[in-house]
Amino acid sequence: MWRDALVVAGKDLRVEGRSKVALNQVVPYSLVVLLLFGFAFDQDQPLLVQAAPGLFWLAVLFSGLLAVQRTFSIESADGAADSLRMSGLEPAGIFVGKVVAVAVQLLLLEVFLAVGIVVLFHSRLEGAGLLAASAVLSTTGVAAAGVAYGALSMGTRVRETLLPLLLAPVLAPVVLAATEAWRAALGFSSGDGWRWLGLLAGFTAIYLAGGVLSFGALMEET
Amino acid sequence: MPYDLAVRLRSAVALAGRYPLLAGADLDVRTGEILALKGANGAGKTSLLRVIAGLIPLSGGEATVLGLDPTSDARALRRQVGLLGHRNGLYEDLSAEENVRFAARAARPPKGAAREALARLGIRDRLAELPTGKLSAGQRRRVALAALLARRPLLWLLDEPHAGLDAEHRELLDGLLKEVAALGATVVLASHEILTREVLAHRVATVSGGMVLDGLIVDSPVPDAPAIDGPARDGPAAGNMAQPDLEQPSVA
Repeated sequence: MWRDALVVAGKDLRVEGRSKVALNQVVPYSLVVLLLFGFAFDQDQPLLVQAAPGLFWLAVLFSGLLAVQRTFSIESADGAADSLRMSGLEPAGIFVGKVVAVAVQLLLLEVFLAVGIVVLFHSRLEGAGLLAASAVLSTTGVAAAGVAYGALSMGTRVRETLLPLLLAPVLAPVVLAATEAWRAALGFSSGDGWRWLGLLAGFTAIYLAGGVLSFGALMEET
Repeated sequence: MPYDLAVRLRSAVALAGRYPLLAGADLDVRTGEILALKGANGAGKTSLLRVIAGLIPLSGGEATVLGLDPTSDARALRRQVGLLGHRNGLYEDLSAEENVRFAARAARPPKGAAREALARLGIRDRLAELPTGKLSAGQRRRVALAALLARRPLLWLLDEPHAGLDAEHRELLDGLLKEVAALGATVVLASHEILTREVLAHRVATVSGGMVLDGLIVDSPVPDAPAIDGPARDGPAAGNMAQPDLEQPSVA
């Protein structure tokens, strides 16, 4: 499974490296989202600083939807999905490979977004360990649920609209826990931010296990 | 089974919702045979190929492909089957070489299979390095065939494989298919082209209304020579298939 995952992750990242869709479209889109959040708060600087963790993770969620749709649109173009099914690769390996590829892209995007909230919202990034750990866990969770639901919606004619509808509620706990962990790291809540990591780890493990077990069947339905 | 059959379908039924794709198809294909399917658009040729590949499950009847059940053993079967449909199944942002190498890595053929396949299909230099999205239709078809060849499948399922190819590369493809068949692989191809079917195939079967009208083998257990004079009859074709020491293409 791990070898197959590496093959698929390498292929997906190479496709993104060539097309630069993530860099040229998803990153600017996510920064525009942050900017619009800033306008929505009408220059209420203290409120903006406090809300920055939630706005950051909403921007990640919106961008994650684009990244997931992208990872399946490259499979549906020119009938590549059939080639992938016929490739002999383990479905679990394909799932993990796609999760890795989406997660790597999202983590890079989060670096841009972190700079964005510092520049646009004047946030001060503190508690680097907690920020990084929660970012890795939540990003993996977003990618795992996204890839599983992306496969589910791939065979439908309305996948572009169906995916956000299916995925957003499923990811709500991850966004909530990630936001709370970041709020704690930045000193906006009195709770122990590390406790939110347990919740994040639990949801991420469920999404990963569900995807590994079901991806073969989901691919057959496409 | 009286012969060494690569494909055996009996009363195969496949549905898309309530619409029958196959309506009781019977088909035998010998190991090492090149079988051409003919039939009008919508007759069921593509569905037949996809059922054999295990991409469409059977709703009724029996199927054995390379000794496996295409529905319950789909994953094991697909490792040994190469399918080229109407679309090429390529990643258009990747180069020809990257596409073929990905197909080879996934199937784990012997080392050097990707390089050999690229060379065999005449994909080299700048052509190998360009993103496949920037290639012509015929060039993309050749890349898809190279990706298939790199996997070294035991069963080749080809849907209009000559589409988009010029005369030179049609000949190249015909030669390649005869070669792999001579080495023991089986080829089933759907084609509208009468000349292609007659020159290339050992046998032609007609698909109509989701059934194969003449898909069963009724003659001797010795594989036939091609029905019409052509290069296939000259090659080391089906007669060698029973040799136990014959080098066969296989996936590792």
